[in-house]
Amino acid sequence: MVCEMETDQQTEEMDVEVLSSMWPEDVGGTEPDNQFNVEKPAGDSDTLKEVEFAEKRTMADLKRLPDLLNTTDQGSSQLTNLVKQWEYMQDHAVRLLREELKILTKQREEAEAKELKIIEEHNFETEEPENVPVLDESSDLFRRFKEKKRDKLVGRKRIEIDEEFDTVAYWKQKALSLEKMLEASTERERRLIKKLNESLKTMESHSAPVEELTQNLKRAEGFLHFILQNAPIVMGHQDKDLRYLFIYNKFPTLREHVRDKDILGKTDVEIFHGGGVKESEDFKREVLEKGKASKREITFETDLFGSKTFLIYVEPVYNKAREKIGINYMGMEVTDQVRKREKMAKLREDNAVRKAMESELTKTIHITEETMRAKQMLATMSHEIRSPLSGVVGMAEILSTTKLDKEQRQLLNVMMSSGDLVLQLINDILDLSKVESGVMKLEATKFRPREVVKHVLQTAAASLKKELTLEGNIADEVPILVVGDVLRIRQILTNLISNAIKFTHQGKVGIKLKVIPEPSFANGLELNADAEEQNGLTETETSVWIRCDVYDTGIGIPENALPCLFKKYMQASADHARKYGGTGLGLAICKQLVELMGGQLTVTSQVDLGSTFTFILRYKVATSNDHSDDQDEFSDMVDHQPEPDDSTEGYFQFKPLLGSIYSNGGPVIGNNFLPHKAMLPTPVKLINGNTRQSESGYMDDTRLETGSGHCPESTHQYENGNGPCPSKESESCSSSQASSEMESEFTVSSPREDVKTETEIKETSKQPKILLVEDNKINIMVAKSMMKQLGYTFDIANNGVEAITAINGSSYDLVLMDVCMPVLDGLKATRLIRSYEQSGNWDAAVEAGVDIKTLEDKQLCVRSTNRLPIIAMTANTLSESSEECYANGMDSFISKPVTLQKLKECLKQYLH
Amino acid sequence: MNTVVAKLQRQFQDYLVSLYQQGFLDNQFTELRKLQDEGTPDFVAEVVSLFFDDCSKLINSMSRSLERPENVDFKQVDSGVHQLKGSSSSVGARRVKNVCISFKECCDVQNREGCLRCLQQVDYEYKMLKTKLQDLFNLEQQIVQAGGAIPQHFPSYTILRPDIRPCLDA
Repeated sequence: MVCEMETDQQTEEMDVEVLSSMWPEDVGGTEPDNQFNVEKPAGDSDTLKEVEFAEKRTMADLKRLPDLLNTTDQGSSQLTNLVKQWEYMQDHAVRLLREELKILTKQREEAEAKELKIIEEHNFETEEPENVPVLDESSDLFRRFKEKKRDKLVGRKRIEIDEEFDTVAYWKQKALSLEKMLEASTERERRLIKKLNESLKTMESHSAPVEELTQNLKRAEGFLHFILQNAPIVMGHQDKDLRYLFIYNKFPTLREHVRDKDILGKTDVEIFHGGGVKESEDFKREVLEKGKASKREITFETDLFGSKTFLIYVEPVYNKAREKIGINYMGMEVTDQVRKREKMAKLREDNAVRKAMESELTKTIHITEETMRAKQMLATMSHEIRSPLSGVVGMAEILSTTKLDKEQRQLLNVMMSSGDLVLQLINDILDLSKVESGVMKLEATKFRPREVVKHVLQTAAASLKKELTLEGNIADEVPILVVGDVLRIRQILTNLISNAIKFTHQGKVGIKLKVIPEPSFANGLELNADAEEQNGLTETETSVWIRCDVYDTGIGIPENALPCLFKKYMQASADHARKYGGTGLGLAICKQLVELMGGQLTVTSQVDLGSTFTFILRYKVATSNDHSDDQDEFSDMVDHQPEPDDSTEGYFQFKPLLGSIYSNGGPVIGNNFLPHKAMLPTPVKLINGNTRQSESGYMDDTRLETGSGHCPESTHQYENGNGPCPSKESESCSSSQASSEMESEFTVSSPREDVKTETEIKETSKQPKILLVEDNKINIMVAKSMMKQLGYTFDIANNGVEAITAINGSSYDLVLMDVCMPVLDGLKATRLIRSYEQSGNWDAAVEAGVDIKTLEDKQLCVRSTNRLPIIAMTANTLSESSEECYANGMDSFISKPVTLQKLKECLKQYLH
Repeated sequence: MNTVVAKLQRQFQDYLVSLYQQGFLDNQFTELRKLQDEGTPDFVAEVVSLFFDDCSKLINSMSRSLERPENVDFKQVDSGVHQLKGSSSSVGARRVKNVCISFKECCDVQNREGCLRCLQQVDYEYKMLKTKLQDLFNLEQQIVQAGGAIPQHFPSYTILRPDIRPCLDA
């Protein structure tokens, strides 16, 4: 039993706890304790009777209440409930009364039965008359009874009377006693009737429902008060003008300051002042209008409350005709919760911001790293690409110094310019980043627009694989000579032309130049123009706006693709990208370059009809006097021996390939960008023709023919052929020309062929002595094979010490030195060799622990103090940087893995 | 016969290209193939087999060095890795070379676990390459037996190289 009670208590406690946890922790605001713990106010909560409401918190317009109850659905349902309850109770009462009545009836029946019995007894006695006492009084009573009895049981009485004849006294006695009994019975009956009447009266008094209802309501109200006594809640009902008809308010301030009548019948706005009041009123009105219950959080800033936030629930109230008659509203104070929530939100926000910053930082770091890597990759790439390609171009250049017929020269020139263009590709990518980062500097050089146009078209025609007509049309008023950054302009033209060719399958592609008046967009660009003027140009020179159209009859560009046309890596559609390839960089570069030069690049296009890219730029007009003097400045771009009519020629056309490509009848200009540089040992560094032509290179089946015979070679080329070029190179070139079968077919000799020719030369000349210092036998094997191909032999040393020993013992023309080796690495070995060259003795080497005693006697007589070329072979890692190689006395380096091309270049440079 | 040869040649070409594309080989292998001529018809095979022998020896010695966890002679391992890196770079065994690069990094910080991992990887990569190249050489032989010539097309994987290649191949 005890146990059971305890568990009961426990469950009760548990319930309480569960309940409390469902509520906000500090509902009361000031009292953090659990307000719903029943144990504390135990005295109060035990019985409802004892609950006291110290203050009157409710203000109600009682007159309106019945109205409300009658007119609203809620009211009527509430009433219905009460009525039902009442009816039920009435039924119950009736039932009880009926039962009582039944009992009474039964009692009466019993009484009558008893009376009858008594009478029968007396009847029986009458059959023995001797027993009848002769007592007056008793007989009198009996008689009275009899009289009474006679009223009731007439028939029987009559019979009894009929039988009564014995003795008067006896009968008298008997009648008297009977009469007494009758009286008692009558008395009882009367009482019962009275009781019945009383019961009926009680019933009548119960029949008024008001009392019952009032009681119920009181009880309900009591409950509500009990529940609400501590809750921070305000409730109310307002009519459709938002006047209060009822308000329950927990907060004492309102009651202190405002009396009932000042609230009832008034609106919020009339009662309160301050922030939030209007909002809450508007909200209520809104709910009333929309007819939909709704919740909202409103912060009040009133004199009465101070700053408090309420979560307000408002629902519209309808009458039975579905007309709105007002609102019910309920507000709970959630100031602390809101504050807490806001604090949390702020924390979260801070957190998010911090996180975002962190990720931003990480991103930046990542980007930086990526950039570094990209830069490194670019550097590596440029090196990797340039090396082999420079070989091709270099060979071609050497070839160009030999005696060639005009067709061969044409082909060779195109070949070189193509190689040049590929090399330029990387520069383009770098250019773009330069323009973007604002590092790009423009140069002002004099150039002839006609020739630039012609050159661009010529180059394009050379690599053309489609049956397209290329044409150039330069208006007469375009100056012969202008000043601008010709490299960039040519770059733009080449880009646009190759783009046009790419998307054109038939018809023609062309460039049109004409002078136009100053365009409207130029007004804002004066500053830029001034800046250009400072670039070595005097202000007295006149400037001219030239509009350049690059047009085609190609597939055109759909209008919706135009906006993103000049964006990086974008093409008109993914479909195009797939079909036509390309990086999508070209137009972006063009646009940026044009804008950098203060011009504008625009495009107009019609699908299936073609596109026209137009760029407008301002140029200074250069006087033709300067022409001859400054020729070298733009020697890259124009022919060295321009024919007089060529410089004014306004129209060029390059017909489809199988016909003549030089149909203009003008002189055929050698497409040689680099004639004067052909002999330099590292051609890569000096190639700076500035064009980009993505389609160049694919010219394997291109057959170029010279239409109109005369093709004068430039004097410069002649000079190269006969002049300062070392005889050995000359020989190699002529022999290479002889061996390679370049007649009319456009072919580039394969490396193998080059190698052969190289071999031939070397065999005829004195064999240079080469020392390869390398510890990796596979590397040695590969190098050996390469050397063999190049026609050289070499000695091998496996480490630095062996190298020193070998150098000490023999005279070498070149040392190829691995950097990282066992025993003694390449850098140290080189230092020791250099020290020997300077001092004439191997002291440093001996100091370093190299054993060279056996050779000491030779050292004075064998070596000259000529500097021995030492080429490092580096794995291109951090520990083997080129700087370190140079710092340690090496002359150059080849990055590993060593390729035939790299080796050949290196040998070419150091072995004469 | 011609169709058989052409098919084999095609197959050879595709296989070679796939080796480049999958990163087993790089341009140095192309270089190697260029060095092979009538005088030295088996040059590539010779170099490569020497390379694989080298690999196996170096890996064995390195694994011995890394055997005992207490006193690993990282210097010795490093020299082995260096050798391997140089060789792989010379023959164009790209993947092996790449593993060597991280191997060397592990060596530099004396990370035995990392070294062992790299060693395993190197072992795997070189064996893989060995199988692949054997297949390639088999194909080569089949072409020769069928009376065809080994395609002298030198595929390369550098992005920008295709622009140049037609010039070389023409």
